[in-house]
Amino acid sequence: MNIVVCISSVPDTTAKINFTDNGKEFDADGVQFVINPYDEFGLTKAMMLKEKNGGKVTIITVGDATVEPVMRKALAIGADEAIRINISAKDSYSTATKLANYLNDNPADLIITGKESSDYNGGAVGGMLAEMLDLPFINACNGLDISENTAKITREIDGGKENISANLPFVIGGQKGLVQESELRIPNMRGIMQARTKPLQVVESSNNENLTTSISFEKPEKKGACKLVDADNVAELVSLLHNEAKVI
Amino acid sequence: MSVLVYTESWEGNFRKSTYEAVSYASETAKLLGTDVIAIAFGNESDHELKTLGNYGANKVLAASGVEKGDSKTATHLFTTNTSDANIIIFANTYTSKMIAPRLAAKLKAGIASNVITVPSSTSPIQIKRKSFSSKALEDITINTEQAIIILAPNAFGLVESGNDCKIEKIKVNSNASVTINGQEVASGKISLAEAEIIVSAGRGLKGPENWKMIEELADLLGAATACSKPVSDIGWRPHGEHVGQTGKAVAPNLYIAVGISGAIQHLAGVNSSKIMVAINTDPEAPFFKAADYGIVGDAFEVVPKLIEEIKKLK
Repeated sequence: MNIVVCISSVPDTTAKINFTDNGKEFDADGVQFVINPYDEFGLTKAMMLKEKNGGKVTIITVGDATVEPVMRKALAIGADEAIRINISAKDSYSTATKLANYLNDNPADLIITGKESSDYNGGAVGGMLAEMLDLPFINACNGLDISENTAKITREIDGGKENISANLPFVIGGQKGLVQESELRIPNMRGIMQARTKPLQVVESSNNENLTTSISFEKPEKKGACKLVDADNVAELVSLLHNEAKVI
Repeated sequence: MSVLVYTESWEGNFRKSTYEAVSYASETAKLLGTDVIAIAFGNESDHELKTLGNYGANKVLAASGVEKGDSKTATHLFTTNTSDANIIIFANTYTSKMIAPRLAAKLKAGIASNVITVPSSTSPIQIKRKSFSSKALEDITINTEQAIIILAPNAFGLVESGNDCKIEKIKVNSNASVTINGQEVASGKISLAEAEIIVSAGRGLKGPENWKMIEELADLLGAATACSKPVSDIGWRPHGEHVGQTGKAVAPNLYIAVGISGAIQHLAGVNSSKIMVAINTDPEAPFFKAADYGIVGDAFEVVPKLIEEIKKLK
C-alpha cells in the first residue's frame, strides 16, 4: 500500500507568537518548528498501517528549504521517502494545488492530511485536495482500519461520531484518536542516522496562484487583571458571575 | 446576487451554530443589499425549516437525498445552487469543515475559516479571523468573485429579525462515494461546541473518582464537562473531553477551570471563552494570568461550596 502523508512544519505549540514588518510577517526568530501535531497522528497511523499491510510511506511538504529539518524528523520517525515542493505557498488553495499536481502524476492508495495546521488553522487543504483529485474526503478522522482494499473509518461529528466504510483511495483529515498520544513515536538514534540518507526529493514548481491575501496579523487584546476572590468567600464569586459578568 | 448559508441539524433541530450562521449571513446580506438563502439537507420538518426565518433567512432550499457524512453529494448540492451566490457562509462544525473546502476547490472560490467579523469591505471581501490557535488575529481579503466563509465558534451571536421565509423542496441524486453505516451519539451530554458554559478539570483533581463534583456542578449550570490533556492521556476522562491546542478549541460564555495550571497549549484552546474562572491551589499557576476571576484554594473545598452557592442562586 502506497501511503502519502502531507506534513506541515509549524511553530512548536509552546512558542510565543510574534510578527514583524507591521504585522505582515510571522517572526520565526528563535522559534522551534515541529511536525504539525495533527499530521503527526497521521504519520504514526501510516507507519502502523505499513507495518500491518506492507507498502511504503511517503511524506510530502510544500515549502522552501527551511521546512527540511521537520521533514528529516518525519523520516527519522520512519517514513521511507520525502518530497518537498519548492514553493512558499500563499494560501490553502495554492498548497492544495501543488499537492494535487504532484499526486495526480504520482497516485497514492491513501492520502493523509491533518484536520488543520496549528499555525494558520485554515483546515481547508485536505478537502480541497480531495476535490481536486476527485476522491472521497473524511474530515476529523479519529479511527481508521484498512484490510485489503476497504477501510472502516470513524470521524468525529459534533455530539458524537460517525462510522463510515470506503474503498481506497481516499483522503482523510486526521486528528487525535487516529492513534493515541501514547503511540506517537520519538525518533531513536538509528532512525535519525537513517533519515540522513533517505531520499528527500525537491520538486520545482511555478504558477503559485492564491485566492486569498493575508493583509496583517495582530495579537488579541490582553485581558484585564484577574479578580481574585478569597477561598472562604465563594458566594462573592457566584455574585460576580451573576451580576457583573452575567454568565450564570 | 445572494448570500447562501449552510445549515446543520441534530436529531431534527437546527444547531445553535446554524442560527448564528444565518444571523451572520443576514448582516452580510444587508451590506450587499441582497437576500439570504439557506440550504438544508437534514430532512428537517417544515416547522423547523421556518425557524431559519427568525434569524433572517428569506428562502430555504430543503434538499432530500443527501446523507450527512457524504461530502461529495453535499458539494454537488451547493455547486448546483450557488451560481448567483456572492458569499457562502458555513457555521463551524466538523461536517461543514468537510464540505466547505471541497466546495471552495470546486467553485475556485477563496475560503476563510475561523472568521469573527462581518466583512469590513465587500469589494474585495475583507474579514478578520483567528489564527495561530487564537494567539493571533488576521485580516485577510478574499480575491475571488465568490467567497466562502466559515465562522469561528460562538463568535457572532444570534440576531433575530423575524422573516417569514419561503420553503422550496428539491431532490438530489446521491453520488456518494462512501457508505455511512451510522452515527453514535455521545452519551446524553451537552456537546462542547454548543455549550454556553463548560466546567473543566485537570490533574489537580488527583483521580477519576473525584469527577462527581465536577459533573454535579456542570449539571447544575447546564454545562458541558471538559478536561486537560494530561487527564485524557492518563485515561481519567474520555478523549472527546480534551480541550486545548491538540484537542478541541472551545468558546463558551463561561469556562471554569478546576485544578488546571494553564499551560500555553491548554489556554490556546480555551482563550476564546468570554469569561474564564480559575480555581487552583497554586497562586503562581499561569491560568490566573489569563482568567477573569480566580480563587486560590483547594478544589475539594471550593467546588462543593460553589455548588451550594449556585443552588441558592437558582
